[in-house]
Amino acid sequence: MEQRDDALVQSTMQSAFDRKMEQDMPIEPKDEMPEGYRKHLIRQMSQHAHSEVIGMQPEGNWITRAPSLRARQILLAKIQDECGHGLYLYSAAETLGISRAEMTEQLHTGKAKYSNIFNYPALNWADVGAIGWLVDGAAIVNQVSLQRTSYGPYSRAMVRICKEESFHQRQGYEIMSKMMCGTVAQREMAQDAMNRWWWPSLMMFGPHDSESPHTGDAFRWKIKRQSNDELRAKFIDKTVQQADVIGLTVPDKDLRWNEARGHYDHGPINWQEFYKVIGGYGPCNVQRIAHHKKVHSDGAWVRAAAEAYMTKQKLIA
Amino acid sequence: MTEQQALFKYCVRLGDNALIQSYRLAEWCSNAPMLEEDLALTNMALDMTGRAQMLLQYAGSISGEGQTSDDLAYRRSEPEYRNNLISELPDNDFAFVMVKQMFTSTFEYFLYLALMESSDKTLAAIAAKSVKEARYHMAHTSDWVVRLGDGTGESNRRAQEAVNALWPYTGELFETDDVDRLLQEKGVAANLEQIQIWWRQYVIETIPAAKLELPSDDYQHTGGRIGVHTEYLGHILSEMQYLQRAYPDAKW
Ligand SMILES: [Fe+2]
Ligand SMILES: [Fe+2]
Repeated sequence: MEQRDDALVQSTMQSAFDRKMEQDMPIEPKDEMPEGYRKHLIRQMSQHAHSEVIGMQPEGNWITRAPSLRARQILLAKIQDECGHGLYLYSAAETLGISRAEMTEQLHTGKAKYSNIFNYPALNWADVGAIGWLVDGAAIVNQVSLQRTSYGPYSRAMVRICKEESFHQRQGYEIMSKMMCGTVAQREMAQDAMNRWWWPSLMMFGPHDSESPHTGDAFRWKIKRQSNDELRAKFIDKTVQQADVIGLTVPDKDLRWNEARGHYDHGPINWQEFYKVIGGYGPCNVQRIAHHKKVHSDGAWVRAAAEAYMTKQKLIA
Repeated sequence: MTEQQALFKYCVRLGDNALIQSYRLAEWCSNAPMLEEDLALTNMALDMTGRAQMLLQYAGSISGEGQTSDDLAYRRSEPEYRNNLISELPDNDFAFVMVKQMFTSTFEYFLYLALMESSDKTLAAIAAKSVKEARYHMAHTSDWVVRLGDGTGESNRRAQEAVNALWPYTGELFETDDVDRLLQEKGVAANLEQIQIWWRQYVIETIPAAKLELPSDDYQHTGGRIGVHTEYLGHILSEMQYLQRAYPDAKW
């Protein structure tokens, strides 16, 4: 008897969820949802939140060396935005029944990932420009698409975040174009940053559609609306033109416009490098996580103090 | 010293305080004990970078030499800086930055409150903006000083150590020199003696409320007013000025 009830509950729940899916209605935190859907979202949203936070490190590396007061202000404000995105996404993920502390723990044990791009170092001031222009530029393409994702809190977070990301992209491009109008040394720095960040930015969209293991579920659940290759093509098309305008060379000798496809064709992506870096062997993997762990453990006494104080206040009240 | 020269020095002093503090605060980016405080500390850094920009720009406009705010921020050497020593001190931990900013933000709150009445209209306008920021910084850091002082044994110990270490750098905030005297006569500058009274009153109430004690030792450091700094300033400048110095012809 009980078993039959369970099955009944299971199937009503499934059908409510399926109906919403069919009608393109957002799934909200209180709605029933398949366990796989919840797990997939926790994985994706916490990875997204961690990326915002870990991404503060390479840019933070240049804050104290920002070459003008204006540059310092723009960079500070940008990193603050990313921190805010992290906070916002952590709370959106918390609606799925996982706490920020648990997500942090998963980041530290390696169970949760963050965007691979932040395993590369920010080596000269133009890298700050390249990160804004290329990395945020690639993130926007992805996030604009995620504005229509099926989970309500995630989709709303994306709407809010996208507005700020397009600022970041423009400001990054401004740094690059300023440097390309500058001295020989500045132009060399800009091209150097371009050479190092171009391919990792293309990798941000993930493996080719034929290879992507999660594509099936993510599409069925309408978490993902456009494929990796479609999004990558969008990014390449808009970025190649921008590079051209300021005289930067895209480091891909096979890059050419394909009239028939209406897109640029690009050379082969080095997936070996991609998997090597994802596997932990990038230039900064160890550094990024070690930094996050150290800051987290150095700050433990502060969080304990805040908690102790709050408890005392409650006792008084 | 003409009034114009005094005004230049006065604005550089205020601007340098904002500039060097904002540098130290910006160092907390991705280093705070929680994301909320990462935001709060870099927000203070942002406010103060903006304030430095306004004050140094104004200073440049009255110097007669036409320096930009960036020229002044990035192209001077250590002895030309006029910030208080306290702003140079490296933050050992979160208690240190909170106590330090509580001391300085309280000072700035009363200073800019007074400067809103300055007969110099530009200074009064900068003060009107700064006082709002300083009020928030003062409230935020005071809350933390109380939380840390009255939190755990460890946080109390760290906060007390910060109070002890920073106290000898607070007297300099209120040092009055010829620049102050000349400008006070003209109604341009604030009366630091009066500000010290208000500041002491606030601090004397906040520290015991945080279950902390004020040191009895009255020794006070000095030097910022005449450009004699701590060893730390040189390192701040070598990092901050790196690109401007290494590529003097570049525009950023
Ligand atoms: Fe972001
Ligand atoms: Fe961004």
